Amino acid sequence: MADAQSMSERFSSSPFIPASASVGAVMRTVLYALVPGIVLYALLFGWGVIVNILLASISSLAFELVMLVVRGRPLRRYLFDGSALVTAVLLALALPPLVAWWIPVAGAFVAIVAAKHLYGGLGYNAFNPAMAGYAVLLISFPREMSIWAEPLALAEHPLSLAQTLVFSLAHQLPDALSFDALTSATPLDYLRTQVGLGRSVRDSVGAPIFGHVAGLGMEWVNAGYLLGGVWLIYRKVISWHIPVAVLASLACISGIGFVLDPQVYASPLLHLFGGASMLGAFFIATDPITASTTPWGRIIYGAGIGVLIFSIRAWGGYPDGVAFAVLVMGLTVPLVDQYTVPRAFGARARHGDG
Amino acid sequence: MAESGSAGREKRGMKKLWRFGGGVKLSGHKTVSDPAKVQRAPLPKRLYLPLRQHIGAPAEPVVEVGSYVYKGQVLAVSSAFVSAPVHAPSSGTVIAIEKHTMPHQSGIAEECAVIETDGADRWHPDIAPLPRPGLLSADELRARIREAGIVGLGGAVFPSAAKLKPPRAIDTLILNGVECEPYITCDDALMRSRPEEIVRGLLLVQRVVESAECIIAVEDNKPEAIARMRDAVEKLRASGVGGSDAIEVVAVPTRFPAGGEKQLIKVLTGKEVPQGGLPYEIGIVCLNVGTTAAVYDAVYEGRPLVARIMTVTGPQIRQPANFEVLIGTPVQDMLDAAGGVVSDAHTLIMGGPMMGTRLPHGQVPVVKASNCILVENAALADRQPAMPCIRCGTCATVCPINLLPQQLYWHARGKAYDKLDRHHLADCIECGCCAVVCPSRIPLVQYFRYAKTEKAAQEARDAFADQSRVRMQLREARLARLAREQEERKAKRKAARLGKKKTKVPIDQAGPATREMAGEAREVVA
Repeated sequence: MADAQSMSERFSSSPFIPASASVGAVMRTVLYALVPGIVLYALLFGWGVIVNILLASISSLAFELVMLVVRGRPLRRYLFDGSALVTAVLLALALPPLVAWWIPVAGAFVAIVAAKHLYGGLGYNAFNPAMAGYAVLLISFPREMSIWAEPLALAEHPLSLAQTLVFSLAHQLPDALSFDALTSATPLDYLRTQVGLGRSVRDSVGAPIFGHVAGLGMEWVNAGYLLGGVWLIYRKVISWHIPVAVLASLACISGIGFVLDPQVYASPLLHLFGGASMLGAFFIATDPITASTTPWGRIIYGAGIGVLIFSIRAWGGYPDGVAFAVLVMGLTVPLVDQYTVPRAFGARARHGDG
Repeated sequence: MAESGSAGREKRGMKKLWRFGGGVKLSGHKTVSDPAKVQRAPLPKRLYLPLRQHIGAPAEPVVEVGSYVYKGQVLAVSSAFVSAPVHAPSSGTVIAIEKHTMPHQSGIAEECAVIETDGADRWHPDIAPLPRPGLLSADELRARIREAGIVGLGGAVFPSAAKLKPPRAIDTLILNGVECEPYITCDDALMRSRPEEIVRGLLLVQRVVESAECIIAVEDNKPEAIARMRDAVEKLRASGVGGSDAIEVVAVPTRFPAGGEKQLIKVLTGKEVPQGGLPYEIGIVCLNVGTTAAVYDAVYEGRPLVARIMTVTGPQIRQPANFEVLIGTPVQDMLDAAGGVVSDAHTLIMGGPMMGTRLPHGQVPVVKASNCILVENAALADRQPAMPCIRCGTCATVCPINLLPQQLYWHARGKAYDKLDRHHLADCIECGCCAVVCPSRIPLVQYFRYAKTEKAAQEARDAFADQSRVRMQLREARLARLAREQEERKAKRKAARLGKKKTKVPIDQAGPATREMAGEAREVVA
């Protein structure tokens, strides 16, 4: 490394063309692409979404600053590269909208300090930091992490921004309002419980927390992420392989279940537009550092995530499976990448190539 | 395919084109230097002629310091198959044969013949057009091309005569006028100013390799050059020149590196040159437009390759232009000819911005391969500190060879040579696409070049160690055999003595052991 680095300082070689892209620009584009989803999420589920994003962002930047100082890294280059912010926002979007302040802060701590910097910082983390933070929170605080704010459409007394802040920071609600009145199980969680109790999927999705095809409100939030994700592909910030593979495999396997036993298995549409599917497919599974980087590798990686999301939702112990699916498939990346090296120009044609 | 400017006069066969993977769209900067005009560069006071301006064996000087040479006189020759002679680009006196810095990545110095020009620019009296060039055989043409010192002018400078003796039949001859690097317009200028010479040279080459099909490929951002080439082909066709029917001028989409030999072949024929192989293996020979213009000069004018067209351009030069320049002219003279540099904050690059070589200073000569001097802002060559690789894989999507630069980078840093092999480092053409799109601004090409040289050095060390080990083993085996044979002889003598039979063994029948013992003794002394 030292050799190569000093070599690169000594001679500068071609190309002599001003670079157009930068890590900061890539991260900013990802953040812009999240805007439609975030706006819909906040509109449909309340101020808690914004409060979580702010808390996670501020604490992530603070942890990033501390770790950069501790590790003696140049602040100007790394602090504002946008990577910590993307991690923070993805983590915040994975959290229930109504939680105490220390949940996003603790998640940010795990994501930035442990998952990112203890592994060597930007570019070196073995696990998706946002999902590592989320997974640790889910395992450590299962109760707080599985109670979701009710969609505003169902809430009798939606909280104002000030009330949300007071709840988050001081854990106090306005008089006459109980926490239970503001929250419910998530649609996916509800469905699992009901099916576990022997009720059919069709009866269960008649409950008020369901909308047209998936969870009430959440289906629109997913549509927002889908919109932003397609834009990211159009802008060539991500390639189509991973999201398409995730969604296609999720649709296929849930479709098979749905066809075989519609009493027990929900429809593919509910899977695609429920929970964190779109966020996961376009924004989390595509985290470049921890995802596969070869075309076929990305398809395998994405397909694996889709299968795991369905498996965890249908048979696992957690209401949603995006985080664990991404973390588990992340483990396979070094191997997958090694066996999916594309055919080099002029090499004899191999399976899957022209 | 863009049809702009080419006026539908010619019936277009609408040749089917293919796509090569990867590549990037670049801003061309092609209008900076006007390709409509070629200026003659002033005659320099001194010319520096490297004895090796080509791939292959260096040429040996045949002139002495102090001798007077005419323009076009041979300065150095070689008998090696892959080599090319060097000629005096102007008349004058050879004042030195010494080492000078080359326009090379490493700033290496090579043996040069230095000529002090006399200003007369007098051609050698023997130089005359070949009589009846139409009747020359393929071998005669090839010999002429070799004697004229012609090498591939597209940049690889492979001796053309060697290239035109392929070990198998050639179906397609491709003339490369793509010029995909930004800023460079010398081939454009050549195609506009000497289209007929280019095509006539091509027809000569066609006779040498006996190819059925000829394609002249030009990027579609050069409508003027395309039109001129089509006109030239049509004119020859109209006058019934043999072979001109087989020529087609094709506009290829502008995308870097469309002018790379392998990429161009893919675009035009859909075929891929085998990994590590050469185009002739799939029945194709590919030449630069400048090369066939040089072939024309060599055959129809009898003139060796002593000059070429070169672009002097960039934001830091006052009067960018295309020049006809003598080989051996110092770069500094060309900067002066182009009005001088704008400021001291400039960087000299020989070649284009994507694949060019940074020059240490202006005191390096223009060589046969020099297509451009790019005078860039100095700030551009200052490396910004790179960010870590975020494995976004954009580099892989633009790699025209379909490699995984992000993995190569990783293994290059770890010096994992076996993994670099698995990822086909040797196939990297150093086009620079990966580096220009990298959001972390990692100088990827630099890492790959470094890894290639390191890997070569490692392999040389390994080979030497292997050789030493084998020698050691052989020596031990030999010594053991010697000892054994000595024992046997002793035993035999003993037996003979016992048998009272005396036989004398002559030395030439004494078996290898005796002779080797003599050799062994020498080795020990040495």
